[in-house]
Amino acid sequence: MSGTASGPRVGEWVVLYVVSVLAALVLSAILVQATGGQWRPVVNALLDGSIRNPGRIGETLGTAAPMLLVAIGTIISSKAGLINIGQEGQLFVGAAFATYFGFLIGGPGALNVVLILIFGAIGGALWAGVAAVLKYWRNVPEVLSTLLLVTVGGQLVAYGLSQSWLLLAPLADRGNRNQVSSQLAEGNRLPRLEISGNEIPFAVFLGIGLAIVVSLALSRTVWGFMLRMLGRNPRAAQRSGVAQTKYGATAIMLSGAFAGLAGAAMLAGGGFAFGNYQLVPGFSTNIGWTGLLVALVAREKALVAIPVAFVFAGLRTGSSFVGATGVEGRITDVIQGFLVLALLVPPAVMFLRDRKRARDAATERT
Amino acid sequence: MGGLLEAIVDILSSESTYINGALFAAFLAFAASGELVAERAGTLNISVEAMLLTGAFTAAVGYHVTESFPLALLLGVVGGMIIAGVQAEMSHRLSADQFVVGLTLNILVLGLTGFLDNEIEPETKLAGRWDIPLLSDIPLVGQALFGQRWPFYLLYVLVPFTWWLLFRTRWGLEIRSVGENPQSADVSGIDVNKRRRQSIYYAGATSGLGGAFLIFGQIGLFEDSIVGGRGFIAIAAVIFGGWTLRGTIAGCIIFAGALSFRLSVQGLGYEVNSELLQSLPFLVTLIGMAIFAHRVRAPRALAQPFVRGLK
Repeated sequence: MSGTASGPRVGEWVVLYVVSVLAALVLSAILVQATGGQWRPVVNALLDGSIRNPGRIGETLGTAAPMLLVAIGTIISSKAGLINIGQEGQLFVGAAFATYFGFLIGGPGALNVVLILIFGAIGGALWAGVAAVLKYWRNVPEVLSTLLLVTVGGQLVAYGLSQSWLLLAPLADRGNRNQVSSQLAEGNRLPRLEISGNEIPFAVFLGIGLAIVVSLALSRTVWGFMLRMLGRNPRAAQRSGVAQTKYGATAIMLSGAFAGLAGAAMLAGGGFAFGNYQLVPGFSTNIGWTGLLVALVAREKALVAIPVAFVFAGLRTGSSFVGATGVEGRITDVIQGFLVLALLVPPAVMFLRDRKRARDAATERT
Repeated sequence: MGGLLEAIVDILSSESTYINGALFAAFLAFAASGELVAERAGTLNISVEAMLLTGAFTAAVGYHVTESFPLALLLGVVGGMIIAGVQAEMSHRLSADQFVVGLTLNILVLGLTGFLDNEIEPETKLAGRWDIPLLSDIPLVGQALFGQRWPFYLLYVLVPFTWWLLFRTRWGLEIRSVGENPQSADVSGIDVNKRRRQSIYYAGATSGLGGAFLIFGQIGLFEDSIVGGRGFIAIAAVIFGGWTLRGTIAGCIIFAGALSFRLSVQGLGYEVNSELLQSLPFLVTLIGMAIFAHRVRAPRALAQPFVRGLK
């Protein structure tokens, strides 16, 4: 049934993808025109804001990095057949853990930066762990629990930001602002690499490295095999000795850990998109949601997530330039939504075609 | 502690607690009764959130254009059904993953309604208030149940209709059978995916109506944040209620109680940390599911896609 990926099949894939993506873009363009805008300037603004203007590639890469981290985690849980859609909350809780423990431990130097990242991952893993406990102990579907925990997590962190014994900065550090944490000290921030006018945050390399590691771990290790078996056929996995609770809970918590790591990297990486090395309400700014979309589009392949994250980050960094054309910047959310929806179509169509082919072949033989 | 008890008594004896509670519960119940049908057919649509938001938006635009409440309500239904169409056709005609489609729709609709809202800026207002004679004079709950704006009363028709449809018609029996054992249903000649698509269209229609109710019965104007995650609470209510209509409505009332409690605490001037209070409905929902979700039996094929010959 899998079919050989050669000849007309590749052509079919390409045609399907091109048609779907074009349809999404044309639909977006029609929407811009219908609301009194012009699509050409919007496209130009998007390209200027994401790659063409000086320094923008660095910003886009920096924005793509946490999306990629979130996506990698999501791929781990969806390989195990689990639907974690609470990355936005796990990321925020992870960032809060990183902030709290970052200041608690204090001290300058590279070691503390590493600890901050680790605490971020722990925070995200624990928050996702709540969903794992609810699933395997109380039978609550993880789709809903992870999602409801996004709001609860957001409000909990906001509460922490209003209490000086938790996250709120001392009065001297925050002026008259409410609900902000202190700034990370200079020595506790992630380094940046400068390449031809672009500042590339360290998180980019971290993300790409982890994408490769996870991709290999899923495809080449026993652990990865068991995880995939659990995802494809839970019953067969159970019979052959894959403990569902253990592997499932690990997968959910790992995906939370990656989201938390993304949050910590945003905190310690700072920059255009993620503010001033301090935690504020709404810090997660939809990176968790977008990372989730990246994973969906990448179809469970960690390496494919790298370019996808870059494209989605480009839509985001480009959107700040769109406002100048008189079209609302939120159009990029719409474009992104249409794109994701369009990219879901070709695999679904091909699946049905493959089945039809297999059926026809079977009837021919008889 | 005396202060706390006093506050709770104060909240429970305030009529506005019940009025708000009924409004919240009604909003959830519109969506949940449709989602119940969809889940009994074995689908799990997290796009309920998108259906509610689209319904609210198309209803608001409908009123802006036609200035007629019935037409606007109808447009709300159509809006919900458009989202249902994408969800149903993509995941139960093609075979895209239903969660992926639902999630994408939620995010797409949030962006789309936000974008279009700024472009169109629909002008809307609340529908007229109907006091049911005698019944609305019952102390405490009379105004809440029988003194609301008229779109509220559509629920009194919708819930019994849903019960009849799901449990007393051949269609309802087929819906339940494709949710329990799609293979058997398929063998006995029922088009499984067609029934599933229809169940989602029904959920889209009731959710769209719920969105329209939100505009004309409770809030009066559209914002892209008006649904704010309550679509997911409606799904939780179905699970909480053990996939029965009675339980689902009970779930809606309990979760709405938490939403209304939050408003009343602030409205009556009690000092409670607002962040913690805002997460209360979601916490109650989570705890409610944690207590009840393992005691009930889900439709056996819930959230399992059906492809003939694959099991």
